[in-house]
Order: sequence, then C-alpha cells, then structure tokens
Amino acid sequence: MARTISLLRRSHPEKVGLRQWQAWEHGNMSGTEFFQQLINGVSLGAFYALIALGYTMVYGVLRFINFAHGDVFMIGAFAGYWLTPKLMPHFPGAWMPVGVCVVLLTAMALCAGLGIVIEKLAYRPLRSRPKLTVLITAIGVSLLLEYGGQYLFGPDPKSFPDLITDSALEGTGALTITRSQIIAVGVTAALLAALSFIVKRTKLGLAMRALSNNPTAAALMGVNLDTVISFTFGLGSALAGAAGILWAISNPSIDPLMGILPGIKAFVAAVLGGIGNLPGAAVGAVLIGVVETFVGGSSFSSYRDAIAFSVLIIILLFRPAGLLGKAQVEKV
Amino acid sequence: MSTLLSLQGCTVRFGGLTAVSGLDLKIGPHDLAGLIGPNGAGKTTVFNIITGVYRPTCGSITLGDKAIAGMKPNRIAGLGIARTFQNIRLFASLSVFDNVRAAFNLRLKHGFSHALFRFPAFYREEADVDRQVMELLDIFDLGRHRDVLCKNLSYGDQRRLEIVRALATRPKLLLLDEPAAGMNPTEKEALTRLVRFIKEKFEIAVLLVEHDMKVVMGICERIFVLDHGVKIAEGNPGEITKNSKVIEAYLGEQPPEAGTADA
Amino acid sequence: MSRYLRSKKVWLLLAVLGSALLSRFSGAINEYYLQVIIFVGINITLAVSLNLINGYTGQFSLGHAGFMAVGAYTASIVTLGVPLPLVTYPEPSAALFARLLGALVLAFDHAVNAVLWVANSGVAAVHGLPLVLQFVVALVAGGILAALTGLLVGVPSLRLRGDYLAIVTLGFGEIIRVVIQNTDAIGGARGYSGIPNYTTFFWAYAVAAATIYIVVSLIDSTYGRGFLTVRDDEVAAEAMGVDTTKYKVVAFVLGAFFAGIGGGLYAHTTTYINPAGFDFQRSIEIVIIVILGGMGSTPGVAFAAVLLTVLAEYLRFVAGYTFLPTWLRQLAANRTIIYALVLIALMLLRPQGLFGGLRAFGASATRKVPKAA
Repeated sequence: MARTISLLRRSHPEKVGLRQWQAWEHGNMSGTEFFQQLINGVSLGAFYALIALGYTMVYGVLRFINFAHGDVFMIGAFAGYWLTPKLMPHFPGAWMPVGVCVVLLTAMALCAGLGIVIEKLAYRPLRSRPKLTVLITAIGVSLLLEYGGQYLFGPDPKSFPDLITDSALEGTGALTITRSQIIAVGVTAALLAALSFIVKRTKLGLAMRALSNNPTAAALMGVNLDTVISFTFGLGSALAGAAGILWAISNPSIDPLMGILPGIKAFVAAVLGGIGNLPGAAVGAVLIGVVETFVGGSSFSSYRDAIAFSVLIIILLFRPAGLLGKAQVEKV
Repeated sequence: MSTLLSLQGCTVRFGGLTAVSGLDLKIGPHDLAGLIGPNGAGKTTVFNIITGVYRPTCGSITLGDKAIAGMKPNRIAGLGIARTFQNIRLFASLSVFDNVRAAFNLRLKHGFSHALFRFPAFYREEADVDRQVMELLDIFDLGRHRDVLCKNLSYGDQRRLEIVRALATRPKLLLLDEPAAGMNPTEKEALTRLVRFIKEKFEIAVLLVEHDMKVVMGICERIFVLDHGVKIAEGNPGEITKNSKVIEAYLGEQPPEAGTADA
Repeated sequence: MSRYLRSKKVWLLLAVLGSALLSRFSGAINEYYLQVIIFVGINITLAVSLNLINGYTGQFSLGHAGFMAVGAYTASIVTLGVPLPLVTYPEPSAALFARLLGALVLAFDHAVNAVLWVANSGVAAVHGLPLVLQFVVALVAGGILAALTGLLVGVPSLRLRGDYLAIVTLGFGEIIRVVIQNTDAIGGARGYSGIPNYTTFFWAYAVAAATIYIVVSLIDSTYGRGFLTVRDDEVAAEAMGVDTTKYKVVAFVLGAFFAGIGGGLYAHTTTYINPAGFDFQRSIEIVIIVILGGMGSTPGVAFAAVLLTVLAEYLRFVAGYTFLPTWLRQLAANRTIIYALVLIALMLLRPQGLFGGLRAFGASATRKVPKAA
C-alpha cells in the first residue's frame, strides 16, 4: 500500500491528493477493516509495551532516559537468531513449545546480563554527575550497540529462522489473526503479570518502588541502591529481549539498526502513559500501536514514523506528566 | 508609614496540601523584617510567591502600586525584588566577577545588537558595568577574588557573593533565605553587621527568613511568625519573645509535625 | 579599550581577507583535499553554532541536521531557480462532512500556493542578479528559513529540560527529514541534484569566521553572560532578572540560522543532497564535535571540528590500507563505532571535553578590567 502510493506519487503527484480525498469521501473503511486494523494495532502495541516498561522502570529509579534501551531489543532479536539453530534441534516434535520457551528465556537472560553490564560500566560511574553527562553516555552506548552490531553481524538484514511457523488462524471470519499475533499478545500478557507480581509482591520490587519514590530515604532505610538499580536494568532489558524475539517472529528480517524506531516509539509510549508509571506504559504502548496502524493503513502511511514524534511533542507540550502521571512541582 | 510590599490573603496549595494560608504581610521601604517559624511553616514558600517562582493560589501581592502576583520572576526582579537562596545558587561555572556582572543584565540599555556590532556606546556601557561590579565587590571585600571561580570560594564568601549578586540588580527589597545557615557564631556576628550595613548603605528594605533566633533578634526590627502556613504573631523582637503563641509553636505542647511543605 | 575594539572586529576582517587571499590559490591543491578543507570550514560553522545552543546556553539539542537540511534545500531551490509546482486543488464534493473538511483543505492549499507563488517570484527575481549575489541571497534565505524552524523548536525548549528536550529536538529533526522525503517537488527520497558548485574556500571560511565572531562577541559581553546563567542555574538566573525565555529562543534561532547557512554551503559543494544525508547520525556527528571540543569553548570546538573532519577522512584511507588486518579496516570504515567509544570514554574520563576547562581555550573568559577601579 505504502509502496503503491509512493510510486503513484512519483508518476502522478497531482493524483494522490485526489485518491486520498475519494477514500475519505466514500468512507471506504469497512467495519471488518476497522477491526482488522485494531487487532494489528493492539498486537503491535504489545511489543511496544514490553520495551516501554524498561524505559519507564529505569526512569523510575534513576530519573534518566536510557537511550540504549531500543538497542537491547535488537540484541534480543539477534540472540534469538543465534540461539534458535543451536537449541531448537534438541526439542523435536511435541517438545517444540518448550524449545521456544527455552530460546525466549535464554535470550531474555542474555539481554538482562547485557543491561546489567551496561549499567555497571557506563552509567554507574556517572551516577552523581550532571544528567547531561549520563544522557550523552547513553547516546554513546546506543551508537556502540548499533554500529558495533553492524560490525559484528554485518549491516545487511538477516532472516530470522522459523522459531514457530507463522500462519493465519482459521475460523476468524473475514478477520486475519496470525499465530504470531496471538503469541505476542499472550507472552506480553504473561510477562506483564509476572512483572506486576515482582514489583508488587517481592522484596526487590518493594525496594524498586521505594527507590523511585525517594532515593535518599530508601538508602537510609537500608535499600541497597546498586542491587536494586542492577535488578531494574536486568528486568527491563529482559523484557526488551523478549520483545526482540517476538518482533522477529512476525517481522523475520532483522538488522542491527532495527531497534531505533521501535525504541523511540516505545519511549513515546512511556511518556504518553506518564513516565515512571508501569500501567501507564502499557496503556500508552497500545495507544501508539493502534494509532500507528491506522495511520499506516491510511494514505498518509509514509508519514508513519513521524507520527510518534508528533505525538511526543504534543504530549510534552500540553500534558508533560502523561495520561496517568502526576504533575510534579520543582523544589527551589 | 508607607508600604513597599504588601501581601493580602495569600494562600498557596500544592495538591491537597496548604503551605501558606491567608497570609497578610506589610513591609515598609526601609524595614529590616524577619520571617520566622518552625520547620515546614511555609517561610520559603512565601519567598517563592513574592519572587514569582510560584503563583499564589489566591490573594494579591503588590510592590509599590503594582500587582506582581503571578508575574514571571525576571520581571519581578526588574521591579526591584532580589533574593538569595537557602542552598546557595551561584552560577557555578562563572567567576566571582561574572556572577555579579550577570546580574547587571537586567539594567542594560544595550543588548543583543550592541554586543554583536560593538559600537563605542557598547564599550562605554561595558566599562561602566565593570566599574560598578568592582565597586560592589570591593565594598564587600570580594574584589581580590575577582577571577576566582565562585565554586572555589569559601562558604562564607559564597553566601556574601550571593548577596552582592542580588544587590547588583539594584533592588528596593532584598530577600535573604536563611543567610546564617551553616555559619559559626563569629560569622553570624559578622552577618548581623553586614545586613545592617546593607540597609544603611543601599537604603533598601530587607526581609529575611532565619532559623537562628539570635540572628533574627539581632537584626530585625519587625518580625512575622509563621506556623503551619498561618501568621500567628507580628511585632518587634521584644513583643515576639513574650508572645505565648510563639512560645507554644516553638517549644510546643506536642512536637511540631514533620514533613509539611517547606519547599 | 580601543585595543579591544581592534582585536575582535579586526580579527574578523583579517580572517575574511585571509580566506579571500587563500581562495586565490585553491586551484593549486588537489580537488579532493580542497573538498575536505571546505568540509572543515562548514563543520566549524555547524559546530560553533550548535555550541551556542548546547554549550553556552545548556539546551541539549540533537536536531542540528534538521536545521541544516532546511538551509540546504532552501538555498538550493534559490540557486537552481526551477519554480516549485503549485498544489492542485481537490474537487468539490457532495457529502457534508467532506465538504467541511474540503473547505479547510482548500483554504490550506490556497495558503500553500500563495507561499509557493511568493517564493517562486522571489527566486525568479533573484535570478536577474549576478551569480555571487544569487549565492549570498540563497545562503541568507536558507539561514532565515532555518532560523524560523529554530524558533519553532525553541518554543518547546521553554518548557522542557535535559533528556526530554534532547529527544524532542531529535524528533523535530526527524520530522523535517520525513517531510522532505515526502515532498516530490524537491526530489523526495531520491534527493535533489544539479546544485551549482558555488562554495569556494572563501565562502566556507568567511562564514566560519563570521560565525565565530558572532558567537564570541555575543558571549563576551554583559548581555551574553545571560546565556551562561541560563545554563548554570535557570531559577537563579530568573531571580536575578535574566529573561531566560528570550535567551533560549535567541540561542535556538541564531544557532539554527548558522546551521542553515552551513547547510547551504554544504549543498553547494556536494551539488547533490538527499534527506538521508541529514539524519540523526549527522546531528550526532556535530554533537560529538561540540562535546569533544568542550561544551562552551569556541576555540576548542573549532579545533575539534578540524580534528574530527580530518580524522573521518583519514579513516577512509585506513579502511583502504591492504596491509592492515581486515577487522581493523572494517572498524575504520565504520567510524560511528569510534565516535561512540570516544563519547563514552570522554564522559567517563573527561566530561569537559578535550579542550574545555583549559584557560588557553577560553574556559573562564574573564575580561581584563581597567586597573583604575
């Protein structure tokens, strides 16, 4: 669709406006199409939610935007790419779902380790420095992962192996629901439930919340900042890693720069939901996913990637605390 | 007595928390006034609404005959209110000289285009600013530190520099936020003399927030006492020390609540 | 004092005359070297102007490439002189909703066409001028349009700080790129080619000198100290009567203006531009120059611009040295990795930059005051 339009633009630029126009006029988006887009949007939002949670958790404890988070997502996809041929042969036939889980969990563990290492080497020594210093470092880490990835894996897209065979489900009528969509939404839901359990019911989760509420008081109450921050990075990166694999299952072409755009969109989702707010990140992600799908399906599809930024600028200008966040007064 | 600054019925709420409620306050053009109260009484919040950092939820603030409530801080500074901060806020990367020079920004006749084209008038004004900055620094014995980065100054000198910087905006009213915090008795003594000197030399009004009763009693001619955001007493030092409400607020039948907003 | 007057303006004059003189001999140098030398000049302009925003005013902008793109495209449209096609109006329609929307679209299209008409007539008028003047008008037009964009980006900066501002400026830069990519009249994603090769040694260095002069004179004044106070402590600056809003907007507008001119110069030396050339990575390259040179040190930043531009070109050679092991050659070809490592190492070891904090590079540029005081 996008390609058709851009081709059309090239050959008959004057006609595109008219086509868009007629589409509007006849209201040619049917109910089925609407629901189809909604389903696609929600499953896209599920990926964004997994990434957005990492942004929001790290922001919660450190008050800083981990620019490199989107690239951890990319590493997750590459971990899956590397692990699948190594592990899957051990899980033939009916054992396949177990194998998928093992690949997923191993990739998540790798990403968690990467996140912890990044924090320890790059961010921890700078914790008392000005925010800008940390931000610049984060940009550096992000570039290092992207172009280091290009250096190691090569710049050309790789095709992700068939971890599960993706196919459309039957019995859904005119709607197309693919297996990968179901898996993406299902795994996301399971991980969100696990996360919510960890944050609400475990000691480390309690420490995380204490830290995000008031770091000084938390430290005075005996919370070990280093442990909690490492844990937060690990948790966030694991979720991003899972997102990477799920993404690669439905978009099997992976490359070292693939993390940039989803990363930015997930960040926008986190801000939209109110940064530092976990349910907010999930809600924001679904909204962004849906908006993006609808815009992508319209004749403005070539502007799809500018949408996230426009949303971001609008929120930050009019409701910087996000949809579910609380406004904060700066102390003087 | 004429009034320089007057607050009428000022209330500040942060969410559900009332930091200051229905405050009336009057300061004359040559007053040395003090604002005291236990921790969390809302003293700094009063400073913040006077200087425009926060807008009062309701109530009016007038300076001379101008309503200033809700104006931007830089405009209020231009109208003649300067302040220091509880936790010193100097321009860390600038020298002592430049910290004071920056405050002259406000009264510059020539701005952007003159800095670019550098006509003779620009040099005349810059030389004039230089002279005035040095004069001010010399008055407060900071002239010899002219080129020192302000973060390398001693604590006492930093406090003094912050006052000099505020004076460089040529205020009618100077607000000092806990100027004696962290000082030893000798330094406090010197501070007391300094504030009196400033009032005489520059003929301005001074309002200070202070914890140290000795400093307040030594400097101020007029004292306002805040507790939980409400003004509970007002008068000269003699009256205040005898006021039963003040004694109760400070010594209390029960310890004052901690953790209320003293933002 | 008059000595002072001599120093700044005369230095500018000397620099401009010097570039004119050296430009005479530019034919003697190998064309490739000349190109690199011109890139150095353009990068000085870009980095020094970004330093006004990021270094002196403390507003971390990641969108300099966007301003550059606006300047590059505007200047190219002026010098190419091909009129831009007008927008076609939609056909009227029957449905009520569509009619309302149609009225809006029509009004918008009329506005766009009015602007295009003015622009086209302007470009046509400029083409009556001698080539040198055409180029000057093109550069200035690019600068002005970029400055207007800078105003647009500067406004959110009034409400945002630190990381948020950085990501919003990044977003604006990307939006500019996507819009250009989708505008067929200026080549869309294919790019815009056939731009005349007007940027000589003289233009690159005269503009660099002018940018340095303007930034340095601005900062070195009582007025200019305002920029530094915004960076150091916004709350205290406002309490001292500094109009922080105005300073931030001035920094963004002026920074964007020179980025626009830099973009114009760039377009007229490469003779081909495309939106991909003004992406996030381009912004990062300029940011790295500023950080390496030391945020808030103009001489440091100018020096870093020379260093990094030459280094980047040198790495191209290294990538071609067959006697080196393949991994090293690949590393040299992928210079962003090196940039990333430099960034991280600098932040960990020397956050003030290589040259920042050195007195020789204007760390605390306190002026000498007459002893009479």
